[in-house]
Amino acid sequence: MSGAEPDLWRTFRVPLLLATLSLVGLVGALLDDGLWDTAGAALLALTLVIAGLAWHRRRNTPSSGRGTVSDGSG
Amino acid sequence: MRSRTLRAWSWVHTWSSLVSTLFLLMLCITGLPLVFSHEIDHWLLDEAWAPASPEGERLNLDQVLDVALSRHPGEVPSFMSFDTDRPVVNVTSRAPDAPAGVYTFQPIDQTSGDAAPPVAGHPVMEFILQLHTDMFLGLPGMLFLGLMGLMLVAAVVSGVVLYAPFMRRLPFGTVRTGRSARTRWLDWHNLAGIVTVAWVLVVGGTGVVNTLAVPIIAHWKDTALADLAAAYDAPVALDERASLDAAVERAKTALPGRQLQFVAFPGSDYSTDNHYAVFFHGDTPLTTHLTTPALIDARTGELAAVAPMPWYVKVLSLSQPLHFGDYGGLGLKIVWAILDVITIVILSSGLYLWVARRRRAT
Repeated sequence: MSGAEPDLWRTFRVPLLLATLSLVGLVGALLDDGLWDTAGAALLALTLVIAGLAWHRRRNTPSSGRGTVSDGSG
Repeated sequence: MRSRTLRAWSWVHTWSSLVSTLFLLMLCITGLPLVFSHEIDHWLLDEAWAPASPEGERLNLDQVLDVALSRHPGEVPSFMSFDTDRPVVNVTSRAPDAPAGVYTFQPIDQTSGDAAPPVAGHPVMEFILQLHTDMFLGLPGMLFLGLMGLMLVAAVVSGVVLYAPFMRRLPFGTVRTGRSARTRWLDWHNLAGIVTVAWVLVVGGTGVVNTLAVPIIAHWKDTALADLAAAYDAPVALDERASLDAAVERAKTALPGRQLQFVAFPGSDYSTDNHYAVFFHGDTPLTTHLTTPALIDARTGELAAVAPMPWYVKVLSLSQPLHFGDYGGLGLKIVWAILDVITIVILSSGLYLWVARRRRAT
């Protein structure tokens, strides 16, 4: 296994989880009413909560603010 | 990733975004009230109303149609739809020489024939909807916005590809608050973009499908209804038409257990020149969005065909709720609105990052 694969998995594992939660929520609320309407909204909202918690956790770690990657994108 | 490949993806991301950003901002801003269109219409059009004779006999559909056309002489009927929570029939008609898209819409009390107040389609919401749909430019406007939707998909896909090298050494959720404003906003842009990627792709992709509604329905008519359309040489005249009420009853026997949704009259976008197309939908949450028409010969009143919709019309039908987010209750609408606002932030920050990079380069 090359070194790039674990890197890619580490980078995308949380985004993949969030995308899966979003899609299950979007389609679930379309397929059924009642509980699924609530679950669909909750799953979509959960993606924002997870992202918010991750941001909050990083903000409070000592390494925050010392990026090692160039900021040359736009 | 090789630097040449990275530059190519960066070019795709930059230009697909720049070309479409202003239009996508317009779509996000107008889309926000459209998520709540039912609630806003209810608020703007709130008016106490009761049918003239709640327990009385109801007018049949031919009588309702006669009443509607008598109030707008010379117009021809296009559609008839039915409110589910009040005895009201909505008649849509148009003058034969009216410009495309110009219709008369009349909600009619089925117990008396009196006009009933509308419960949807407030002028403000109609204005926002049309701006969102075609920018008042008709089919060319729709197709142009579809192209902008494709640009959005390209921007999202290239953004995901670029996310990998930029976040390779940064844990998920990192925003480098101690760095320059530009770096900070780059991190916010990346974080918000990657969190909303699935939702944006669904809303953007279904939006593109919705912009193809006119050619999709035209293709359906040209193929699925071609044999029926060829049965007569000339369109059926108004005074040649069989009873509408009987046609709807005949259609109900052909599709038992389905819910009546609307009738498309001969010559309208959803029928041939010679048939009443009576559309039904199912009663499960999913099949509520999927329609099946029974085609009734408008001269004889006989059932001509039941025409289950092909896959591409079903895709179009399901794209509408998935685009507007109005299918899962108020909770889903609120989350939809939050995601819409986050998308506005992503678009604005992308524009800011491009301007900041150009300033730095010069």
